[in-house]
Amino acid sequence: MKYLTTEEITTLETKANEIRQSIIEMLVAAGSGHTAGPLGMADIFTLLYFSVLKHDPENPLWNERDRLVLSNGHICPVLYATLAHAGYFEVSELATLRKFGSRLQGHPHREALPGLETSSGPLGSGLSQAVGMALAERIDYPYSSKYFYCLTGDGELNEGQIWEALMLAGKEQLHNLIVIVDRNGIQIDGFTKEVMPLEPLKEKFEAFNFDVQEVDGHNIRAMNDAIGKAQAVFSQPSVIIAHTIPSKGVELFERDFRWHGNPPGKGPEDRVPKAEQAATALAQLRSLNGTLDID
Amino acid sequence: MFASHLQPSLTAGNVESVPTRIGYGDGLLEAGKRDPRVVALCCDLTESTRTHLFAEAFPARFIQVGVAEQNLASVASGMAAMGKIPFIASYAMFSPGRNWEQIRTTVAYNNANVKIVGAHAGVSVGPDGATHQAIEDMAIMRAIPNMVVMAPADIHEARKMTLAAAQYEGPVYFRLGRSNSPVVTTNESPFEIGKAERMYSRDEVHERTVGIVSTGSLLYNALMAAVELNQRGIGASVLHMATIKPLDTAALEQFATEHGAIVTVEEHQIIGGLGSAVAEHLSEVLPTRMARIGVHDQFGQSGEPDELVEHYGMGISAIIAAAENLLQ
Repeated sequence: MKYLTTEEITTLETKANEIRQSIIEMLVAAGSGHTAGPLGMADIFTLLYFSVLKHDPENPLWNERDRLVLSNGHICPVLYATLAHAGYFEVSELATLRKFGSRLQGHPHREALPGLETSSGPLGSGLSQAVGMALAERIDYPYSSKYFYCLTGDGELNEGQIWEALMLAGKEQLHNLIVIVDRNGIQIDGFTKEVMPLEPLKEKFEAFNFDVQEVDGHNIRAMNDAIGKAQAVFSQPSVIIAHTIPSKGVELFERDFRWHGNPPGKGPEDRVPKAEQAATALAQLRSLNGTLDID
Repeated sequence: MFASHLQPSLTAGNVESVPTRIGYGDGLLEAGKRDPRVVALCCDLTESTRTHLFAEAFPARFIQVGVAEQNLASVASGMAAMGKIPFIASYAMFSPGRNWEQIRTTVAYNNANVKIVGAHAGVSVGPDGATHQAIEDMAIMRAIPNMVVMAPADIHEARKMTLAAAQYEGPVYFRLGRSNSPVVTTNESPFEIGKAERMYSRDEVHERTVGIVSTGSLLYNALMAAVELNQRGIGASVLHMATIKPLDTAALEQFATEHGAIVTVEEHQIIGGLGSAVAEHLSEVLPTRMARIGVHDQFGQSGEPDELVEHYGMGISAIIAAAENLLQ
């Protein structure tokens, strides 16, 4: 586990802010897509790609890389933006999101874009794929130091396949599997506690033989510590329940489930484009939430 | 006239009968010995899918997934992403029946090198009844891009198919039967993915001709029907299509050109399987009169395998009748 200095954390926070700006810009250009999840996960993606993961943007298929499987593919704007800022492709390409012929499909297509480990979108299957990767690695390298990260949504935990995969990971004691759950409390139709209550979630994971931590998903130091602790667990797989705020960073959209599947510029109430929403969001982010003076 | 590489005892009409899944089990073990990348996954059906032979020989390369077919398909995709060649076996009703979307997205769309093996396909599953008789599997798999779809005639073809699938780079589906299937081919019979094989050639003397196109273990019924038709004055030949996708269109067109009509034979719904594939192709390039032998948009039921094959119109006499009707 890498210790982060205060300076490094500030650098990561600034990078996360840039990634949030890219997310808003690409969603506006696309005219459709998901806002809440990508903004809410920007801090975690930044931490992973700019500090935690062993990876090489110059050599995306480097065999020794850690694997990151995005199971809830609909939050791909944050993955695309992070990959671009990390150097996998030009940031300018983000403007092609969801357009005809683009490598940035509405949901990730592995064969289209460097840096993607899987195609995803239909919920629940990414965790199984991460489990399969970890199992395959163990056959050849029982003492491998590669980690297999799987990012899932909390709404996604409604899927039965998730629990099939958890059972297998627990049975196989896949210690190099680290699941990070985006516990933002919303899904398309409303709050998770109304659509399909998940609590007691920590106990559920524990019952499936996982090491479980609950963390503030926007606290980069706390997340970094939790990932380090998960890496150090040798007898069982780990899950980090990352408590996040949907649409974190843009006050106008925060905590509102109606932004789950709508882009800025399309009001969730009347679905009429409102360009000023995107402008407000960008101004807020560019001013580092009001701490900087910008035009 | 039978192809020279087939079982010599066919002429006398007596053949040995063994389930195709036996050939899969032997082939998988052999594939595992040949290539250390081969791994096997199973959903609590290790012995009836004959995966146990591999599991006993290579315990570290066998994953018992439990009764969880959706997980099965996607775990295999993940293993393939790390360079493995996973074979996943369950009953066809559950894989690819239950986990079709996982196969489409995580195997086919990912272009993952996963081999999907659907055991207990067809009504010849027998007493277990309709819930366990997969007769739509080829239709749903044929519709997925990147997917190869096959059905072996007997144990020898099932073994060769398994070995060929291990060497082929990309997603493959093939089905197996539960009950005994006549052993028609031999170790010497040629097998290649995507290649049809002429198994019986008509007597040249007959004016009226029919080409029978078969897949899977009904090859035997197709052959017996062809023998009888030739005796009745109809020049019948048999083209066996162990691979229904990609379809061997060159062989099919040649076969259709040489015969007055085509009868397709499969232990599957007539919707979406071999009959559809043949009709789709011929209707575009070489319109040919056709009859399709298979299950006619119904569910199966409990019974003895042979009894069910007869009842649902896939017996030797049904093939003969279909050919005669076509040529009237």
